[in-house]
Amino acid sequence: MTEIGLGHYLTLGAVIFSIGIIGIFLNRKNIIVILMSIELILLAVNINLVAFSIYLGDLAGQVFTLFILTVAAAEAAIGLAIIVVYFRNSGTIRVEEIDKLKG
Amino acid sequence: MIAHAIFFYTFSIIAVVSAIMVTASKNTVHSVFFLILDFISISCLFIMIGAEFLGMIMLIVYVGAVAVLFLFVVMMLNVAQQKNQWFAGQITSKHIPVGLIISILIFFEIVIVISGWKYKPEIFDINNTIANTSVSNTHSLGQVLYTDYIHVFQISGMILLVAMVGAIVLTFRQRSGVKKQSYIKQISRERAEGVEVLEVQSNKGVKIDD
Repeated sequence: MTEIGLGHYLTLGAVIFSIGIIGIFLNRKNIIVILMSIELILLAVNINLVAFSIYLGDLAGQVFTLFILTVAAAEAAIGLAIIVVYFRNSGTIRVEEIDKLKG
Repeated sequence: MIAHAIFFYTFSIIAVVSAIMVTASKNTVHSVFFLILDFISISCLFIMIGAEFLGMIMLIVYVGAVAVLFLFVVMMLNVAQQKNQWFAGQITSKHIPVGLIISILIFFEIVIVISGWKYKPEIFDINNTIANTSVSNTHSLGQVLYTDYIHVFQISGMILLVAMVGAIVLTFRQRSGVKKQSYIKQISRERAEGVEVLEVQSNKGVKIDD
C-alpha cells in the first residue's frame, strides 16, 4: 500500500479517463464542458505515458507526452474558435439544441 | 517511501475529485476552475515522480494558456448566467445509464489490461532513448527531442501554426460601418482635388459646398 508503483499511476489514469468519458455522455449543459472532458481524457493518456516512461527508464514516453500537449493545445484553440462562431451564428451552445445535422 | 505514498494519494485524490467536479458542476466557470485544479495536481504528480520538465510544461501550457482560454470563452459567451434556464426539466436523461455503463466497462477493460500487462525483456535493445540518469530530466529530454525526434518536433510546430491560423480565420469577422484611415488615399491626394483657387468678388464672398 505504501509502495507506489506503476500500477498506481495507471489506475489513476484509468479513473480520470473514465471520468472524462462519463463527462462526455452525461453532459447536458454545453459543448465547452465536453471539450473539457476531452482535455481530461488527454490528461489521463499523459499520466499513462509519463508513468511508463519513468518506471521503464525510457524517454520516448515523455517526448510523446510533449507532442500530446501540443495537439491538445491546438485542439482546444480550434474547438473553442468553432464554438465561438457557432454561438455567434445560432445564439446557443446547448447540446440538445445543436441538432442541425439530425444525426 | 511513505512520503511518496502520502503525496501520491493526496494529489491523486484531489485530481479525481476535481475531475468529477468538472463534469458534475452546474456552473461552467466552476468547471473550468476545477479543471485548473486537476491540471495542477497532476503536474505535481509529474514533478514528484521525476518528470519535472513535463510537470512545469503542463503548468505553463494548460494552466497558463488552455484553461485561461476556456475561461475566456466561457465568460465571453455568457453561459454562466443562463444556467437556470438551461437546467429546467433536464434532470432525467436517457443518456445517463448508457454513459455510466460504457464508462464503467472501459474502466474495467483498462484495469484488466494493466493488471495482466508485461513487457518483453528485449524491448530495450531496439531503441536508443534510454534515460540518461547522470544528467537532469530536462537535459536528457532535450538530448532526445532535438536529435531523434527533430522531425516530429517540427511537425508539431506546424500543427500549432495551423491551429493559430485556423482559429484566427474562423473567428475573424469583417464589421461594416467601421471608419478606417486609408493611408494610400491620404498620401496620393493631389493638389487639384484638394484646393481650388477662386477669384473673390467684392461684397459677395465665396459660397462653400454648394
